[in-house]
Amino acid sequence: MSSNSLVSISDISRDEILDLLDRARYFEENPNSKILDGRVVATLFFEPSTRTRLSFETAVNRLGGRIIGFSDANSTSTSKGETLKDTIKMVANYVDLIVMRHYLEGAARYATEVTDIPVINAGDGANQHPSQTMLDLYSIYKTQGTLNNLTITMVGDLKYGRTVHSLLMAMQYFNPTFNFIASKELQMPEEYKEFCRTHGIKFTESTDFSEDVINSSDIIYMTRVQRERFTDIMEYERVKNLYTLHNSMLENSKPTLKILHPLPRVNEIDRDVDDNPKAYYFEQARNGLFARQAIITRALGIDPRK
Amino acid sequence: MSTTKKELAVAALRNGTVIDRIPSTALFQAVRLLGLEHSKCHVTIGNNLHSGKIGTKGIIKIADTEFPEEVLNRIALIAPNAVVNTIRDFEVVDKRPVRLPDTLTRIVKCDNPKCISNNEPMATKFEVVAHDPVVIRCHYCNHTVAGTDAQIL
Repeated sequence: MSSNSLVSISDISRDEILDLLDRARYFEENPNSKILDGRVVATLFFEPSTRTRLSFETAVNRLGGRIIGFSDANSTSTSKGETLKDTIKMVANYVDLIVMRHYLEGAARYATEVTDIPVINAGDGANQHPSQTMLDLYSIYKTQGTLNNLTITMVGDLKYGRTVHSLLMAMQYFNPTFNFIASKELQMPEEYKEFCRTHGIKFTESTDFSEDVINSSDIIYMTRVQRERFTDIMEYERVKNLYTLHNSMLENSKPTLKILHPLPRVNEIDRDVDDNPKAYYFEQARNGLFARQAIITRALGIDPRK
Repeated sequence: MSTTKKELAVAALRNGTVIDRIPSTALFQAVRLLGLEHSKCHVTIGNNLHSGKIGTKGIIKIADTEFPEEVLNRIALIAPNAVVNTIRDFEVVDKRPVRLPDTLTRIVKCDNPKCISNNEPMATKFEVVAHDPVVIRCHYCNHTVAGTDAQIL
């Protein structure tokens, strides 16, 4: 097992998070270099995720590394019944780093236990996706100038949305105030509210996406409300537009407010918000490149700032 | 009367192990956890016995067998207050409570069908996140389950 692996955001300390943010800042200023010259990185996507894969592969390419891998498990021995362990041990013979996405939860953790090559989790089912969390943190840090003492409003699917859960856990070190806005069926699970209570994190909870909440926020983190999450389809029809952000709702919001969304978006942010300078979701995705360059260099034990 | 009977039953064991103070509802899970279904030794199982401390209790007596500590401690998952007596030549030579280990390897099956541990030939692993009542979390997929609801392998 390599200690430079990144499986879950909760595996790394406050100092390591701040170090990754500083690396991301460095790469935003210096996106292209040859510091991965001679290194080979495997991108093993046992389930397709074009957005995440392209972001990781761009990160490696811009740093001069080489890539092997696959974008779909159907084209590999997995379809012949090979175990994950055997696939990882085979690939580990060839590369310096493994970036993997898998449809099964816990797959990346298990992969770290069968190889000494560092492993980066690029998503394991509904479980963890730490590079998404790092790009969210970097987006917040960059737009607010700090991670400390911010009011963050999370809206939409707070029950199943792993991005909001991981962001909540990562923000524990920075004295946040959270507003959780969701319909009854998709409220923040009790275990995360308990996490807030035991860590002294302030939060409010409401089904009402009100102007007061918007106007008090430094960050609004929107998520997609998916029809298939509802047991009662009438309930979906009733609530689907209650959690849509329109430009008119932002009239009295803080000038420094930024709106984040992990993308892809459907209806939860109206297109009329896109031209508002407070809309940040497209730049947020771009920050994923720098966050992933930071994670990759940390995993390989390379410090670009030296 | 019942006290006399119980004392007689325990005293009847010359050498072996007596596990006492198992909640009645957890008795048969405890039997499974110790692998006693396949034991060739004399095993006496009593259930719904009166207990001043926990209402009704179960008790397991296994003749001529002493278990490694890590095997006995598995019982703490479902019976955190169980007591283990080691008997040699009719004497109780050791009496101690079970102690739940921090991690449980190859003991519990994860109840999440999408967990890697249910789809790959590998050892399951759980971490204990709360002791009273017991709550454990899958080392791989992070699903949590109450100790009493855990599926024993």
